[in-house]
Amino acid sequence: MAFKDARRTINYGFQNESFKFKVSELSGEDINLCFQCGGCSSGCPLAEEMDFLPSKIVRMIQLGREEALDSETIWVCSTCFNCEVRCPRGIDVANIMEALRQLKLRKKYSHVSLDSLEKSKIRTLPQIAIISNQRKLSA
Amino acid sequence: MRLAYYPGCTLKTNAKSFEISAIASAKVLGVELVELTRWNCCGTVHALAKDDVMHYIAPIRNLIRVEEMRDEGIVDENILVTLCEMCFNTLKRANTEVLKDGEKMRKVRENMEERDPAYRGEVEIKHFLEVVKDIGWNNISNLVIKKLKGLRIIPYYGCLLLRPRGLGIDDPDNPTILESLIKSLGGESVEIPFKSKCCGSYHTVHMEQVASELSHRILSQAAEAEADLIMLTCPLCSYNLGDRQEEIKKSFKGLRTIPVVYFTQLMALAFNLPAESTGFSENKPDPTVILKNKDLL
Ligand code: SF4
Ligand code: SF4
Repeated sequence: MAFKDARRTINYGFQNESFKFKVSELSGEDINLCFQCGGCSSGCPLAEEMDFLPSKIVRMIQLGREEALDSETIWVCSTCFNCEVRCPRGIDVANIMEALRQLKLRKKYSHVSLDSLEKSKIRTLPQIAIISNQRKLSA
Repeated sequence: MRLAYYPGCTLKTNAKSFEISAIASAKVLGVELVELTRWNCCGTVHALAKDDVMHYIAPIRNLIRVEEMRDEGIVDENILVTLCEMCFNTLKRANTEVLKDGEKMRKVRENMEERDPAYRGEVEIKHFLEVVKDIGWNNISNLVIKKLKGLRIIPYYGCLLLRPRGLGIDDPDNPTILESLIKSLGGESVEIPFKSKCCGSYHTVHMEQVASELSHRILSQAAEAEADLIMLTCPLCSYNLGDRQEEIKKSFKGLRTIPVVYFTQLMALAFNLPAESTGFSENKPDPTVILKNKDLL
């Protein structure tokens, strides 16, 4: 598997309180609880495809850094909940990923458009694949 | 016992063999799965965002049907049985949310179609595996006519049968329900580290290569463990690991073919039900060769 730049570094320095608040509200997670153990990232089956590891995304939210919204990670996450069962602080990182996706999708950004998919392929895919894909990745 | 059954969309198309074998095996257990009189797509994924109550309407509308069927005496319990892992998760999470949060319940009731009565909140969602477990592993064993002797089976859980914690049907760290089923059918359960890791899920739609990589990890572990079959509970996992296996082999040369079957198909086989009820002709890759080799077909 191609390691992307999953080792991208975070810009430190607190940025945006309202962004942090929005993500907390939408995800329902108390983001301050994270103590950066990295458990979520170590269990994430998609970590190798991500630009920022899940634990880094959580740290970015703690710092109110809005560039979390532009990361590939939020679209690569498959909502598998491996992070959720691992977090010793009871944070459901999948909820945080969803909140970030929603902040983009609600501004009419579509990561995958149905029109871009081949018709012949759509015919062979199970409905649950297409519907879940569009629910997660399309405005 | 008559129980309401929610098929979901894919059970009527890509996963017909799952439905057919489940209904037939359930009969052997004394359970009649009665399809909902009317049903709609559950939405396939739970709306995780805390303010997204709108997406609870589709799953909850299906639960209203269960209460109606119970009132009319069509089913015996306020239980809704599902087979698809994704439907199970979506229905159960929406139900859990409205039961614990009165404000969400109120919003859902308010926005339901006029012809739909208010949801009373009496329905319990069960995966068919839980129904099987409730019957008792010993009792299942006693119903087996054709033991799956010598068949090395990987119990593959996928994600949503076990997670999130508290919503799944078994301990997410150390699940045993599929292993117990395999044992009671007389088969041999084979352990792999990735038995509950993601197969690639809906990324199969637009990131095929990533889905292939994830599925390949599971398939190669199964091959290394010298398994005969992978047994699973989700039509999307079945598509990624089974239907796409030929495609995956193009990227990963030397990968051995491993058939993928639904747990209900192995139940139907062990209960010695006819070919129409096992539905093996639909599986990709074809499991019949290995089953014949083991004198099971
Ligand atoms: S839910 Fe997303 S972030 Fe969490 S383990 Fe799965 S893919 Fe990784
Ligand atoms: S597992 Fe929990 S505490 Fe540890 S880094 Fe991830 S979110 Fe933070």
